[in-house]
Amino acid sequence: MRFSVNGTAHEVDVEADMPLLWVLRDELGITSVKYGCGIAQCGACTVHVDGIAMRSCQLPADTLEGAEITTLEGLAPGETLHAVQQAWIAHQVAQCGYCQSGQMMQAADLLATTPDPTDEDIDSVMGGNLCRCGTYPRIRAAIHDAAARLREG
Amino acid sequence: MSRLGKIARRTFLVGAAALAGGVAFGTYMVRRPHENPLAEGLGPDEVTFNPWILVGPERITLITPHVDLGQGTAHMQAMLLAEEMDLEPGGFETDFGAPAAAYWNTAMSGDAAPFRVSDDSLMARGTRTAMDAAFKVLGMQVTGGSSSSADSFDKLREAGAMARETLKLAAAQETGIAVDRLSTEAGAVVLPGGDRIPYTDLAATAATLAPVTDVAPRAASNWRLIGHETERLDIVAKSTGQQAYGIDLSIDGMVHAAVRVNPRRGGLNGYDAGAAAAMRGVQGIVAVTNGVAAIADNTWRAFQAVNAVACDWASGPYPDEQADHWAAVEASFTEDRLDREWRSDGDVASALSGASIEAEYRAPYVAHQPLEPLNAIVRVTDEGVEVWTGHQMPRFLQQVVAGVTGHDADQVTLHNQYAGGSFGHRLEFEHVRLATEIADQMRGTPVKLTFQREEDFAQDFPRQISMARARGAVAGGQVSAADIQISSVSSTRSQMGRIGQAVPGPDGQIPAGVWNAPYAIANYRVRAYAVQELAPTSSWRSVGASSAGFFGESFLDELIHAAGADPLEERLRLASGPRAIAVLEAVAEMSGWGRDLAEGRGLGVAMVESFGVPTAEVIEVEATDRGIRIHDVWVAAEVGTVIDPVNFENQVQGGVIWGLGHAINCEITYAGGAAEQSNYDRHDGMRIWQAPRIAVRAVELGGPVHGIGEPPVPPAAPALANAIFAATGQRLREMPFVRAMDFV
Repeated sequence: MRFSVNGTAHEVDVEADMPLLWVLRDELGITSVKYGCGIAQCGACTVHVDGIAMRSCQLPADTLEGAEITTLEGLAPGETLHAVQQAWIAHQVAQCGYCQSGQMMQAADLLATTPDPTDEDIDSVMGGNLCRCGTYPRIRAAIHDAAARLREG
Repeated sequence: MSRLGKIARRTFLVGAAALAGGVAFGTYMVRRPHENPLAEGLGPDEVTFNPWILVGPERITLITPHVDLGQGTAHMQAMLLAEEMDLEPGGFETDFGAPAAAYWNTAMSGDAAPFRVSDDSLMARGTRTAMDAAFKVLGMQVTGGSSSSADSFDKLREAGAMARETLKLAAAQETGIAVDRLSTEAGAVVLPGGDRIPYTDLAATAATLAPVTDVAPRAASNWRLIGHETERLDIVAKSTGQQAYGIDLSIDGMVHAAVRVNPRRGGLNGYDAGAAAAMRGVQGIVAVTNGVAAIADNTWRAFQAVNAVACDWASGPYPDEQADHWAAVEASFTEDRLDREWRSDGDVASALSGASIEAEYRAPYVAHQPLEPLNAIVRVTDEGVEVWTGHQMPRFLQQVVAGVTGHDADQVTLHNQYAGGSFGHRLEFEHVRLATEIADQMRGTPVKLTFQREEDFAQDFPRQISMARARGAVAGGQVSAADIQISSVSSTRSQMGRIGQAVPGPDGQIPAGVWNAPYAIANYRVRAYAVQELAPTSSWRSVGASSAGFFGESFLDELIHAAGADPLEERLRLASGPRAIAVLEAVAEMSGWGRDLAEGRGLGVAMVESFGVPTAEVIEVEATDRGIRIHDVWVAAEVGTVIDPVNFENQVQGGVIWGLGHAINCEITYAGGAAEQSNYDRHDGMRIWQAPRIAVRAVELGGPVHGIGEPPVPPAAPALANAIFAATGQRLREMPFVRAMDFV
């Protein structure tokens, strides 16, 4: 099947039911996308498919024909980091960092639809992204910061 | 290994045995410095001054032997070295280094010795000295026990100062300018006229000099990195997806493997590979100890194949059903199971002869489950073994691997990796052992073993199961007596037993946080009972204090309420020592303790000392019509000196969330011999929507430096239970709390 990842076209020959997660990691070598649970409980594998945050562990390869997939590497084209990444650095959110690619992809999706989210908005949208280190207070602060950065352009 | 090393390995851990061991080594063995592992294989014009610093013409490399599991140790260690060496971020690289005895942990004895951290008696000091001697002779390189900061604080600053002064000496020799007219800044020696000679240009000359050793680290008033907010070295990589963890590595020619091992910890009667071997990309199905492995060209294909194997599991060594685990704990409050009477102040028997208050508490098994599943890459050749994984006990890992392949331990090379969390999980060896078994069956080929999450849960060694029976008395509006008995499996013995280590003496983790509580209760007794091994257990972030701290601080709260006293004021009255008093006073102020609260709200407080750090927490909850809402947590901890204030706050917040999330939501239970929880849908910890605001204050009284990774965990559960009691009148005596009420 054919699809694009971060603007680059790919054609892969894999089983119809191989999840996108493993296509990205093991076939294409894109390792910012993490395996955490395999059952859509942790969100570490979150990518954007046609602009929408989705759990790549739940997307069989044969549903991806023609899809435009974005991973954290492609979140901001060019040299400048996405506002979410800038805020994540400014607030030093990461501890182990393993969940943070998924957190940032989910947060970017949230801000695309909700430019000025409340804590309640954040909690409801980010509730599917598990952080075992407990960086949630910083995630909340960083999302508010990223929202401000995006509003200010 | 030397004969002496074997003696040490059998006897080093606790108490009198360590004393005997310390004497046995003799002064020569204990004083003799370990070899600098960097000295071997130095490149041309490279210089090493000590085991932590390597300077060459191209780069400066700082060795940070405490592995980074997310707790920020790589940054912390690098800042200590950079402070004294006058390096700037970006001007050096870091590396976890090779396993080496030189990296023995100088700070493990403080908590492992059966004395209170504040105990400065001859016996306490003697035992710590003897244990340190044993740790040194053994070369015990360990990341754990919140010891990295304490271990590193002096020796890395001294190491950095040594390098700086030797590089200045090299510059003096090259320029003919007296050393006392030279200064250093940003990775260079600065000459009186302002010209700079980069350290890298001085390496060749420095290599010809004897390192300058008589140099003292700088005074705190001159620090520019320590105690200041700095940007964590790994923060950009971890915010851009560029941080590589062990699971992300790829070695040329590597194959992928997955395992299924008996979830009951018994043997494998047999298996039928069925169609698995013929599945796409599958290269083989092989047996491993107590299980099977699939080898494939892709992780997912290995998962699919191993899941298609039909396994006939033997029964396991412990009771099949959870109720029987609890029955064993309940049945162990007996004289013959008494591990030790840890504390006996006053006359408890007399004080409890009248009416007494009684309560019973329970703490379940809980799992580690860091988000990066266990994984390891292993390549076995006839000449040696290479291992790529994130691990907390590198030198034991070498022995475990060598034990599988028949090599000598020093033929095992570990490339230690940044890890996606641990919480005690990466102190264990089974995943490395399994990866080695597979790789040993296909020598020459690198094998990457990745655990499926379900396998990781099934093979996790959870936190100890534990319970307490407590009696107490009050008089005149004060707490007058407490008698706390704790019955628990010994996670220390279980864990060390898996690597063939007997642990002599009692297990101080069973009553941790209770026997050493910094309170002067007039009549206070603490007894620990060791339950037989049930399901195998392991160190789980804050270890014994995660359960015992809940018991002790919950019961104290019950007594204070029975006395009609104020929970914080009575704790302050009982608190002994300036550190405990300081953290209680801090959270009283931070939380506005004593203020009027809105209807349905309650404040609870708890203070536990673990890993040498008294930590107090106040929690404010609201009983809503949908369940308990945790609004705020205020935390104060006394660690002597804070090295990295950003990471300090992050670790405290994370520790509180770890403690609360598991206290509310999580348990591992056994049915049919296997853990019933197999993924995060039934054991997630805390989600963002339950996470409170968490305000953090470091109390720095300037004494010995302590770590902060674990101490915030133990007070969280009792502070929450105490707050819920204040808000609702309902006393929670068993974790997880979600069994009793809802949380929103």
